[in-house]
Amino acid sequence: MFSGFMVNAWEVASIVAVVAGVVGFFTVMRGSAFAAHAIPNGSFAGAAGAILIGVNTLIGLAVFSLGGAMTIGLLGRRGRHDVATALTLVAMLALGALFLSFLVEYYAEVYSLLFGEVLGISPNEIAPTAILGALCILAVAILYRPLMLSSVLPDVGEARGISSFRMEMLFLAVLALATTMTVPVVGTLLIFSLMIGAPAAARSFTDRPLVAMGLSVAIALLIVWIAIAASYETNYPVGFFVGVGSAVSYTVGRLCAVWRNRRTAKPAARGGGLQSDAQIASNIVT
Amino acid sequence: MSHFLSPVFAPGFFESEAVHIALGVGTLVAVVTGVVGVFTVMRGQSFAGEAFGDLGTTGGAGAYFVGVGPLWGFVLGNVIAAGAMEAVGVQRVRGRDLATGIVLGAGIGLAALFLHLYTTGHSTTGATVTILFGSVFTISSATIPLILALSAVVLAVTLTIYRPLLLSSVNAEMASARGIPVRLVGVLYLLALALAAALAAITIGTILSTALIVGPAASALRITRRPLTALLTAAGIGVGAVWLGIVLAYDSYHWPPHGTIWPVSFFVVTLVFITYLLSGLPEARRRRQADRRSSASPVAQPATPS
Amino acid sequence: MSEAPHGAPPAAKGQEILLLDGVSVRLSGRTILDRVGFQIAPGEFTGLIGSNGAGKTTLFRVILGLQAASAGRVLFGGPAHPHGHGRRHRRIGYVPQKFMFDPDVPLRARDLVSLGIDAQRLGVPLPSRSRRALVEEMLHAVDAERFADTRVGKLSGGEQQRVLIAHALIARPRLLLLDEPLANLDLGSAHEVVALLARIAREQEVAVLISAHEINPLLPVMDRIVYLAAGRAISGTAEEVVRADVLSGLYGHHVDVLHVHGRVLIVAGAGEDTDLAGHEGVFPRSEVLS
Repeated sequence: MFSGFMVNAWEVASIVAVVAGVVGFFTVMRGSAFAAHAIPNGSFAGAAGAILIGVNTLIGLAVFSLGGAMTIGLLGRRGRHDVATALTLVAMLALGALFLSFLVEYYAEVYSLLFGEVLGISPNEIAPTAILGALCILAVAILYRPLMLSSVLPDVGEARGISSFRMEMLFLAVLALATTMTVPVVGTLLIFSLMIGAPAAARSFTDRPLVAMGLSVAIALLIVWIAIAASYETNYPVGFFVGVGSAVSYTVGRLCAVWRNRRTAKPAARGGGLQSDAQIASNIVT
Repeated sequence: MSHFLSPVFAPGFFESEAVHIALGVGTLVAVVTGVVGVFTVMRGQSFAGEAFGDLGTTGGAGAYFVGVGPLWGFVLGNVIAAGAMEAVGVQRVRGRDLATGIVLGAGIGLAALFLHLYTTGHSTTGATVTILFGSVFTISSATIPLILALSAVVLAVTLTIYRPLLLSSVNAEMASARGIPVRLVGVLYLLALALAAALAAITIGTILSTALIVGPAASALRITRRPLTALLTAAGIGVGAVWLGIVLAYDSYHWPPHGTIWPVSFFVVTLVFITYLLSGLPEARRRRQADRRSSASPVAQPATPS
Repeated sequence: MSEAPHGAPPAAKGQEILLLDGVSVRLSGRTILDRVGFQIAPGEFTGLIGSNGAGKTTLFRVILGLQAASAGRVLFGGPAHPHGHGRRHRRIGYVPQKFMFDPDVPLRARDLVSLGIDAQRLGVPLPSRSRRALVEEMLHAVDAERFADTRVGKLSGGEQQRVLIAHALIARPRLLLLDEPLANLDLGSAHEVVALLARIAREQEVAVLISAHEINPLLPVMDRIVYLAAGRAISGTAEEVVRADVLSGLYGHHVDVLHVHGRVLIVAGAGEDTDLAGHEGVFPRSEVLS
């Protein structure tokens, strides 16, 4: 499984995992799981449309993920944006359904678009994937500091001149870019699970932000490598193993966090009777 | 009569049995989803629609794999999803979204597996598309009794718990202070939503089912504040979108590319989306007028300063 | 409307680090702030006192540049920052009232404080000895060394507050703004925080502006008060401002100032209706205002 066309698969999948780990770190930190789910759904229409007009699917993916991301960001400015976001992405999916209905002979392409396809990756896909991946990682590195503050303390960030809105739009753009290059491997329906499973697990193992990001990449690589190997052996789709693998790593992370909490006694509450909102909220039982 | 209407209705529309079934089922489903959807929007639970869409996919794929009709799969998948959401529901909002997302990911992965196993064993390849995007014209008449039964159950449950559901959706604390079993009402509502989503999935597909649940309801709630009016409006919008969608889809046989119809789900979702956008216009105009008015107002004179 | 207080001279012109002059804010037809003016001298400890709804948060937002004033001006004094006068360069540290840290977020107290050094600059911070030393110094200043390596989300509210203060201070601001830091604290803890802030103000040579609706914990340490009521303000020392005649004029109706057991009670008179421009809510008869 390590020779011939599989080499392409290993290379591309590794790049995908690294990007998913890095971008996923902020996705989870910002609680943007829904956007990470919605943007690939929208991009599906772009890919279907691209197949229809005979253009490289990456272009279709890029245009529609970016468009979807910007729409979500703009609609998110007003209240009640969960309805607006949901309807927008469903509308884009419907467009995808339309394009799909014209693509009668392309069932295999459609299936791989939705659930991922690793075995059919050609060598000339490696370069664009690597370039886009490098761009994503570079963008995250550049935005790291203001994005970090804006994600954790948006008010304080605003006071320092860091516009929360601009950070949100920039982050969504990076998310769209990451979607574009990861979807061909893992599929539109499953990329988001890799992007949230690995980072969610990583932060159970360390308290330091940069270490968490590194672990996030490592876990994503592990999930993807296992998925490829398993898919090669069983012929089952890669997406299945990615979805299940992300769930497993998340669960392991949760268990580890619970175990850690039991081990370390909470620091004695000095500093007065002020309960943080998080503590109050976690005490509220529906 | 058909001469007169032929520009709108392509030939054979009124005679086709598939159309009759589609119109009947579609109307019923639109009413059910419109009614349940109003509460979904009021409770801010749009994410639940996502969950039902994705886990319904797993159920549907499993149904194909096992050899049962997809509706059973949607129902089972959604009921399990409802149970999972209840179990996860006590956590913080962020934790909930993350956990939900993880479960969905695993579920979709499973769906991929089921579909793979099904299509390698059979020659037909349309299962994926049918599950995900629906095919209201190919609903077999054998499924109709189940559809009727499910619709009846959903409507009965919703109308029975109507007032406590309304109260607890608007203000849960006040409702429980009045002795309403908020948790029980919530669970019943969630089950109703699960079944409604399954019905929507049969009509326009699993991952588009959110549109019928959330869209007409959201538009209705923008137009009116009164709950009963909202229910009727939502159902009305849904029915209108479904009918128009069916008509257009039937007509599209003659549109390019010739020989195949455009999907009904595409029309229905697009119409719902357009309706939602239009329903926001009066409020936007009102807001613009209010802004214009306030910027022109002079400063109120304060009481006597020292 | 600020007054030149009798006796104590205001900061010499050009010396003040913050000056508000005739600042008004109108939103949706309501007047939130009405010609507010005051100034803050370097190192001064100022309390912005007012009940909820008086306009404190809006005033803070104007100072921070997050809210445009409908009229008036906000000036920042002191040596001009070499890179300009934009919002990023106002050298104001800000500690918000509400903050919520998810206990799952991988960020230690130490990391949050380190972020405060230069969060607005792009790129990833490279670890360096001087950075570490600076962070240690700040953690020591707010007495947070014990939990420096604990996740921020796992700290108590008071501990998180101290970390936020360190985060704001580490950028060496000239003015530290705290939005209702004492709001949810019992009296004992409030005194602790106030003592900490007074000590920091002295040691770090930074002016402090705190908003609060309870005046008593701040009385021992305040140099000046800005008293805000229904969008209008009076500033001066405690002796000048916390007086029945002055506050009655500000509120527009009779107000009593009582000194009870070493505490100050400001009470709206019985039998008075209120009719303050732009004020939200209803005063019950004889309400304790602060």
